[in-house]
Amino acid sequence: MNAITQPVNPAKLVERQPLALQDADWVRWILIAIAVSFISLFICLPLGLVIFKALSKGIEAYGAALSEPDALAAIRLTLLTAMVTVPLNTVFGVAAAWAITRFEFKGKSLLTTLIDLPFSVSPVISGLIFVLVFGAEGWVGDWLIAHDIKIIFAVPGIILATLFITFPFVARQLIPLMQEMGNQEEEAALSLGASGWKTFWAVTLPNIKWALLYGVLLCNARAMGEFGAVSVVSGHIRGLTNTLPLHVEVNYNEYNIVGAFAGASILAGLAVVTLILKTVLEWRK
Amino acid sequence: MAQSSIMPGFRPAISFTIVYLSLVVLIPLSTLVFQSFQLSWDDYVHIITNKRVLSSFRVSFSTALIAALVASFFGFIVAWVLVRYSFFGKRFFHALIDFPFALPTAVAGIVLATIFQPSGFLGRLLIDSFGVQVAFKPLGIVMALIFISIPFVVRTVEPVLLEFESSMEEAASSLGATRLQVFGKIIFPNVFPALLTGFALAFARGVGEYGSVIFIAGNLPYVSEIVPLLIVTKLEQFDIEGATAIALTMLVISFLLLLLINVLQYWVRKRSGQL
Amino acid sequence: MSILLSNISKKFGTFTALDTINLEIPEGELVALLGPSGCGKTTLLRIIAGLERTDQGRVLISGQDRTDHDVSQRGIGFVFQHYALFRHMSVFENVAFGLRVKPRRERPSNAVIDKKVHALLDLVQLDWLHNRYPDQLSGGQRQRIALARALAVEPSVLLLDEPFGALDASVRKDLRQWLRNLHHDLNVTSIFVTHDQEEAMEVASQVVVLNHGHIEQQGSPGDIYDHPANAFVSRFIGHTNIFDLDEHDVDWLQTAGLSTAQPRGKIAHVRPHDIVIEKSTTETDAFVTLKDWQHLGSLIRIELIKNGSASSVYAEMPNDQFRRLHLNKGDKVDLRIRHAHWFH
Repeated sequence: MNAITQPVNPAKLVERQPLALQDADWVRWILIAIAVSFISLFICLPLGLVIFKALSKGIEAYGAALSEPDALAAIRLTLLTAMVTVPLNTVFGVAAAWAITRFEFKGKSLLTTLIDLPFSVSPVISGLIFVLVFGAEGWVGDWLIAHDIKIIFAVPGIILATLFITFPFVARQLIPLMQEMGNQEEEAALSLGASGWKTFWAVTLPNIKWALLYGVLLCNARAMGEFGAVSVVSGHIRGLTNTLPLHVEVNYNEYNIVGAFAGASILAGLAVVTLILKTVLEWRK
Repeated sequence: MAQSSIMPGFRPAISFTIVYLSLVVLIPLSTLVFQSFQLSWDDYVHIITNKRVLSSFRVSFSTALIAALVASFFGFIVAWVLVRYSFFGKRFFHALIDFPFALPTAVAGIVLATIFQPSGFLGRLLIDSFGVQVAFKPLGIVMALIFISIPFVVRTVEPVLLEFESSMEEAASSLGATRLQVFGKIIFPNVFPALLTGFALAFARGVGEYGSVIFIAGNLPYVSEIVPLLIVTKLEQFDIEGATAIALTMLVISFLLLLLINVLQYWVRKRSGQL
Repeated sequence: MSILLSNISKKFGTFTALDTINLEIPEGELVALLGPSGCGKTTLLRIIAGLERTDQGRVLISGQDRTDHDVSQRGIGFVFQHYALFRHMSVFENVAFGLRVKPRRERPSNAVIDKKVHALLDLVQLDWLHNRYPDQLSGGQRQRIALARALAVEPSVLLLDEPFGALDASVRKDLRQWLRNLHHDLNVTSIFVTHDQEEAMEVASQVVVLNHGHIEQQGSPGDIYDHPANAFVSRFIGHTNIFDLDEHDVDWLQTAGLSTAQPRGKIAHVRPHDIVIEKSTTETDAFVTLKDWQHLGSLIRIELIKNGSASSVYAEMPNDQFRRLHLNKGDKVDLRIRHAHWFH
């Protein structure tokens, strides 16, 4: 069960179709109409609305909403979270893919399944488990209070929950690719006298770089945009533990629609940039 | 640990993988199980059979089911159209499919709420012309979950349709099959396992979804309150036991459903000679 | 059923796949469409089947114009290069497919379908596999199932795209003979596409040689081999030595006993078996040296070097005949050309 799909190269969608495959014109047009209306309603419309709402009160209101100290703090925290979680999960993804695809060992398929585990856990539960460990009534709660360490309702909790949520992204992209590649090229490099590190940098990495970037891109998008898990552990302390998605929520609930949509439009901008980069990467593969 | 390769780096790679996996995923997740051991069976049953809890389960699972079904139907058509037909803007639409993946759920939530609320663009239209209110009703949850589900279905079906051997269709046609027969007897059975996967992924995601739902749901207890929200509510009331019991139940049901779907899928593939 | 193709043309973009093809195939023949890859042979087969539309020209099957008929209405049986078996159906269901999709009025009862499918599976000698799925079969078995499936609808014409292309060499040999026998028994007009001239010569009763979207020659295998219509056919079918008179070979060919006086052309094609060699008795004026030889089963292929030239000439003769000559590497050899084809 794999929640991140493998990329489809859009170039493959442009092909000559032999005669026997052609459907009647009316069938084609009806299906295209259904598909386009469905996508327009559920995807184009929301996309358009974010842009419209963010700019509806004018560019100044937008600027003001974003230069507000709480908004800036939220942006900083979101960036910080991504800057910690993405590299960690990237290193993990490479290590896990290396171990799983280059070696045979007992429990390999169990390990592969466990890596996917966070995908099947509700974001809220992902947050809850860290409350159970580090919260005031949690396993190490007393010890943490005694030593005056704050994890829940503080930045470390947000980072931990985000780590959990974005855990499988890079590994999931690399494992199928490296499996398919096989290890002949690496064996060739090793047989020519290259060291292990040299082999990795000179042979493996160039082969997996696009998939790696793809995984990092998705991981980053989720890390910056995660809401459910983070909202459980954050405590919604303005200017301190609100990430950008939480900032959007708070403003929306307080009927500060301009502020909410200003934040939302940044996140939507992130999504659009992610989509564009993703499409570029899909063409490269 | 067996190792019969000349490849270097097994020990550091596997050690880091296992330690990191344990720290970030396994240990935190296991607390959920251990925490629930502190509850007696009677307490557990009491929490879970609470009317509000039961109706939240009903809301979550039924909306996720409906949304996954709708998304599977339309997602299949979208994938079909994207793979097989050429039309203006096709690549643009192809790229847009992943938008729900990329868009933070909170943003999706407020955007959908804005569109479907009674004063919103579509919300008003739907009330005026059909008398249907979407936002703050279970229907709103379904709408949000459809949005979330689209890429799961499209992206699992698309590659299978793309790789589908066109000569199988040609063979069926040359044997006298009509287009409808080719679709029903040849194409669909081959794509069905992938569609089932897409459905399962969408359903699993829908059951646990939080951010995109809470803004549009109205969160009315017994009517439009979803399980994740109830967990959050319990936590905010410092009812850790209640939150844990509900969370564990949901996790177990989700895993069982995924298992069931995996078994079903195995059966479908086996029956159709793909294993 | 006879097939008549008139003025068939087909372009893919700017590439001309077929250029005004005219072809008549009499009833009951087993015809090979032979040519190098990209010559248009598969396109032609797909046009006959209705899997590809023509830009121009008509397709007549037993005198009736079928150009505008959909593939499902043409009454042809098509065997695909990679068999295209339905992987989600058992062997039995694969063969039964064409009967099950018939309109309700024409559809045979289950009992009839059952009987017919088993009869077909018997015909291809694979009835014992009827419960298997395609992924569990060998290449040769899939090929025969694909054939049985195509035959189930009693096609008026059987079309096969590179029927042996995806098989191991040994399986291929067996299947060739088998297909020939099957055609003999069923006597259904059949056309197959191949790029392998040996296969075409061995299996077909008629060979159509295609190149660059043109028909170069049509005829029986013997005709084509013995009377190639042009240099392309001569080169493509069997082995041949090519002597270009522009490259100062006139004297040499005359010495070898070939008259160059005839105004037939300036390029001579000589089959290896039309070259006779003998150990030279007059050491001094021999023109050719024996360089090496290879065993080709019953034949020996002898590589000869013309004195003062780098190019080799190949001769073939039966094993025992070669042995009787007592030749060794480096021996001077007298050479005589029995027959040549002349081309411009």
